[in-house]
Amino acid sequence: MKRGLIDFWVGLFVMAGVAALLFLAFKVSSSSTLVASDTYTLSANFENIGGLKARAPIKSSGVVIGRVTGITFDPKTYMAKVSFAIDKRYQFSRDTSASILTSGLLGEQYIGLEPGADDRMLEDGGRITITSSAVVLEQLISRFLFSKAQEGGSSGASEPASNHALEK
Amino acid sequence: MSDHAVVELDRVRFAYGEADVLRDVSFTVRRGQITAIMGGSGSGKTTLLRLIGGQLQASAGHVRVDGEDVGSLGETALYRLRRKLGMLFQFGALFTDLSVFENVAFPLRERTGLPESIIRDLVLMKLQAVGLRGAAQLMPSELSGGMARRVALARAIALDPLLMLYDEPFTGLDPISLSVTGKLIRELNDALGGASIIVTHDVAESLAIVDQVVFLADGVIVAQGSPDEVRASDHPFVRQFINGETDGPVPFHKPAVPFGVELGLEGARG
Amino acid sequence: MANPVVKLISRIGAPFTDALLKLGFAARFFVAVLRHSPIALLRFSLTMREIWFAGVLSVLIIGVSGLFVGMVLALQGYDTLVRFGASSSLGILVALSLVRELGPVVGALLFASRAGSAITAEIGLMKATEQLSAMEMMAVNPIARVVAPRFWGGVISMPLLAAMFSAMGIIGGYLVGVQLLGLDSGSFWSQMQASVDLRFDVINGVIKSVFFGIAVSLIAVFEGYDAPPTAEGVSGATTRTVVTSALVILGLDVLLTAFMFRGV
Repeated sequence: MKRGLIDFWVGLFVMAGVAALLFLAFKVSSSSTLVASDTYTLSANFENIGGLKARAPIKSSGVVIGRVTGITFDPKTYMAKVSFAIDKRYQFSRDTSASILTSGLLGEQYIGLEPGADDRMLEDGGRITITSSAVVLEQLISRFLFSKAQEGGSSGASEPASNHALEK
Repeated sequence: MSDHAVVELDRVRFAYGEADVLRDVSFTVRRGQITAIMGGSGSGKTTLLRLIGGQLQASAGHVRVDGEDVGSLGETALYRLRRKLGMLFQFGALFTDLSVFENVAFPLRERTGLPESIIRDLVLMKLQAVGLRGAAQLMPSELSGGMARRVALARAIALDPLLMLYDEPFTGLDPISLSVTGKLIRELNDALGGASIIVTHDVAESLAIVDQVVFLADGVIVAQGSPDEVRASDHPFVRQFINGETDGPVPFHKPAVPFGVELGLEGARG
Repeated sequence: MANPVVKLISRIGAPFTDALLKLGFAARFFVAVLRHSPIALLRFSLTMREIWFAGVLSVLIIGVSGLFVGMVLALQGYDTLVRFGASSSLGILVALSLVRELGPVVGALLFASRAGSAITAEIGLMKATEQLSAMEMMAVNPIARVVAPRFWGGVISMPLLAAMFSAMGIIGGYLVGVQLLGLDSGSFWSQMQASVDLRFDVINGVIKSVFFGIAVSLIAVFEGYDAPPTAEGVSGATTRTVVTSALVILGLDVLLTAFMFRGV
């Protein structure tokens, strides 16, 4: 094997390898994890996060604007504390509400943000106080069965499926 | 400086684990001399070469090459010392992925910064010395055993070593290659002005070219002297070795239980 | 040693002592290879030749295997996904399986059997024919001249080969999913792109393949260098390279996966 020919083939090999990497980087995947410097962090407490996982998307009007960065359990309030990174380009008012939603019937869970009307905006490290927990399918079904059983007797309205913790 | 000692072994002992391979071996090789180390298989001859080349270290005693104690050298110093050594391996040990030319050029390329044109001239010169300039572009797989060994010899002398070590240079050669190799060893030794050590059990060929013979048996030197002294020796081991007798101090049978016992005859009788 | 209990315990202990000794020797060997690497990398033409042997000559088997694995993934995945009406997620399934696991792992297994065994056999034969000793006697360190270039050739080739495996697999999945099973091309690619994360999935996969490359190359050069200099010795070492590599790749994969994808 002549030296020049080896160089040629190795060059071709490295180019093919890099092309494969670029294909994986640009055609197969997207850089959904935002660069840390371009984001700010918010948090919210939920009574129940259902199946929400770290890195789940944060959406507003269906558009992905951030990612969940961490989920911890607060032993004082017995609530789940979810922190997430939001793209700096998008600002939200202080009365924004966050709810855990499911894409489709069995799809992945994400946090949906619904902007409010306040003039003041949430800043880095801020907390969203208006939250609505994940819908747990088992609870939904048992509640439905419970209300069906009660329907014959009283006309007592069932509790709302989700808990809107309205705080000012 | 003609009797300057190139190699000096001083009460060298070497052991693999518990078993001694060499015991109390002392001899000196001077400039211009060819020394043959003879002995049966497993007598520690190759171990001796590896001690001199620094690939093994003596358990006790000193191995001095050109005045330096091989066993005490660090890696860098050892590699510097090895530049003064050339070694011919039993089967040549040519690099199978390089051509004959590149094999001989290898030590020059690795150890010197000479320009390509000088390397080319030197390689062709060395190949000319072993009579194989015409084979420069062949691959080692295309060579016969004798030719491969001559190419290896050209490679070993590429850097004009002070000390040449030969490991069984005569094994497996036809009579013509045999005398060609013997003649080359003598001529090269005289041309390089250094010293040579040949490990061999080819008595006839080596007695014809060497200046000194060292007989090893079971790791100890049993006899030592010039070829004439050796021929005249009445030492039983040397006699057996030179005349190729099957039985003598070196028994034909490896020690074992009596043959009858092993066949069960003794047991049946008793 | 007359006591049978002592004898029995010693017999149980012996393989462990041997394994530990070998591991220690391998670690020291690794350090020696690293120490002599600057020379090998400065004379890059030496390493170039090894990239040719380990990398270029493995492209065909890696590419074809990747294509087949991707096709099978698509066929099997479609069969399951279509029951849940989720056949449009086929691209996600194929891409995630390949990029996270199959590309690095199967790529490394193929690399070990194609290139690793060849490296072991080559170094083992060089040792058996005293070429390494000859080199040492010519004051050329065989670890710098023979071992280090082969090690680095393998380390450089492995991530590139794993990426090619994944890319070919995804193309195979595309051919089966879109061309054969009639899924929509747009949703195949866009769903894949939306769900596969560059840093989390692709780069972690590349990191895995770098680790596997180091492990397989080290095992291959070590087994070759450590091989008994006989025909049986070299063939045994070649087998050990493939077997040890496979075990180390899979074990390392568990560790790396647990470390990278923990809690997700």
